Amino acid sequence: MRLPVINHAREAARFGADADRAGWHDATLWSVRETRDRVSRAVPEWEALREAASRIKEHTLGRLDEYLVEFEANARANGAVVHWARDAAEHNGIVLEILRERGAHRMVKSKSMLTEECRLNPFLEENGIEVVDTDLGEWIVQLANEPPSHIVMPAIHVRRGEVGERFHRRIGTAAGMTDPQELAEAARQHLRARFLAADASLTGANFGLADTGGLVICTNEGNADLGVHLAPVHIASIGIEKIIPRAEDLGIFLRLLARSATGQLCTVYSSHFHRPRPGTQMHIILVDNGRTVQLGREDFRASLKCIRCGACMNTCPVYRRSGGHSYGSTVPGPIGSILAPGTDLERFAALPFASTLCGSCADVCPVKIDIHEQLYRWRQRAGEQGELPSSKRWGMRVAGSVLARPRLFRASGAMARWTLRLLPRRLVYNRHNVWGRSRDVPDPARQSFRTWYLRNRRA
Amino acid sequence: MSSSRDAILRAIRKNRPAASPLPDPLRANEFDAREVQLRFASVIKQIGARLVDAERAGSVERAVQSCYPNAERIASAVPEQVAGNRELRSVTDPHELADVDLFVCEAELGVAENGAVWVSESRIVHRAAPIIAEHLAVVLDRSSIVPDMHRAYERLRVREDGYGVFIAGPSKTADIEQSLVIGAHGPRSLTIMLV
Repeated sequence: MRLPVINHAREAARFGADADRAGWHDATLWSVRETRDRVSRAVPEWEALREAASRIKEHTLGRLDEYLVEFEANARANGAVVHWARDAAEHNGIVLEILRERGAHRMVKSKSMLTEECRLNPFLEENGIEVVDTDLGEWIVQLANEPPSHIVMPAIHVRRGEVGERFHRRIGTAAGMTDPQELAEAARQHLRARFLAADASLTGANFGLADTGGLVICTNEGNADLGVHLAPVHIASIGIEKIIPRAEDLGIFLRLLARSATGQLCTVYSSHFHRPRPGTQMHIILVDNGRTVQLGREDFRASLKCIRCGACMNTCPVYRRSGGHSYGSTVPGPIGSILAPGTDLERFAALPFASTLCGSCADVCPVKIDIHEQLYRWRQRAGEQGELPSSKRWGMRVAGSVLARPRLFRASGAMARWTLRLLPRRLVYNRHNVWGRSRDVPDPARQSFRTWYLRNRRA
Repeated sequence: MSSSRDAILRAIRKNRPAASPLPDPLRANEFDAREVQLRFASVIKQIGARLVDAERAGSVERAVQSCYPNAERIASAVPEQVAGNRELRSVTDPHELADVDLFVCEAELGVAENGAVWVSESRIVHRAAPIIAEHLAVVLDRSSIVPDMHRAYERLRVREDGYGVFIAGPSKTADIEQSLVIGAHGPRSLTIMLV
């Protein structure tokens, strides 16, 4: 069954229809961007850090196979079991097999976008495993069976009243709760019981350290640590591109990550896992799922440098006003728009067009991914492969013919200026005038620049 | 599965870009210990943690008592400094620590740029202790405070411990409408006791 083609513009319009929510979403994410600016400006060597991080990632991609082999050897020497998964199905199968072998049925999960990508939760639930997402934002969206809308702030699209409603419906808290403090306390108590009852824990990983075989997981809530330290088996899923060469490289990455993501100086917990707790098991699953294919794309491989900070989402004017769900991809926003088309160009062709190409994303990216340039390149690919969204297709064709014929171009310009001057407003802002829906059409000039030039400068 | 491993490695070798060099490490300057300690103190306040000078309080035990007068069940990984009333060494299952009000341990170093302290497995007896307790108090030698994360990694040998963690404040979340709540799943407070 082919998944439907994503119509970002339609979904964005749906999001924007709730002006209250959309306005709050926009303003809140922009203020996260501003916090990020403040803390990054306080680091005099910020640009040097970005450059170093970018080069370390580029270097690693050039020797990724060697670093993965080194990581595996060191992780195994530490007592971890290392698995390799070519795709999502294999990854999910490995997780299930580990759980079955341990007789585990109640798993707690800390945040992992990779497992979202692999659709792990529904797969495990179909197979009789109870999965609880313990990151509060992830749990809030899990309660409503919806995907996260932001990779760092999964429930940014949910208002406090809605959270209260979900808690009331699903865990029996009092109706009408809206205070975040009270809601978070209710979540703490409820999830604590799940932590204590869990017989397995699964985490993602922010970084894998090739030289030590360790994993680093960054959280503010402590849910990764609480889950892992109480359960007899720890499964860690990590994309192959998350490996970095040396533990000391964390000095650079941990200085960049939280500042870029939320404007914090660092996350509350930066946990380093090397060996399983005595008497328990630690499994690491290295996942490809399309990453090696992206690695082979010269134009797009730099997207694999991503450390999943979400800074590009916070700054993107389109993301802020359309919400993560409008992208229909596991990872939304600017970075999602250069990753998703690589997995299914037909389905995600609209995403690279959900952009003004302002370049703000590339500006804030801690590892200097040329996001805006890749967005443009994906547009060209979409055009080449006949995947242009229909709204663009005939518009591009018409524009192309007009722009190629100087006399036709001049005549069209004159007609447009004349029309705008003379037509009543309600005819200008008709239903075909998409631009004019929330913008004023510019005032028409009295004459074209060419006419002015011929009259005033040609001598 | 070796076949998946082989397939993935083969695909990488076929697709990877040309090699590029690792950048030179960023240069670390000399630092002034006193200045760094002052910076640490100011950042600690920013991140919602508390800083207490144990020497001025008289002793670590006195500092703990004044900060946590209502703590009933206290587990201490530094029994020579804080007595505590939960014998950590006799705990076999970390679930037994679920009712601990306050856990006291020692940190190996502190980082001034972000207020983080490094807590390692060898100093906490049980990995779950610093995360499962309602409150956390950490003893820190002020001379072990370094300016930034680069310096921290220069001093640490992270692989030596099966588990270690940088802790920068009490647990928190802003997942509900970006409203900051202190005390998410981990401890509701963090007190650094400087010695």
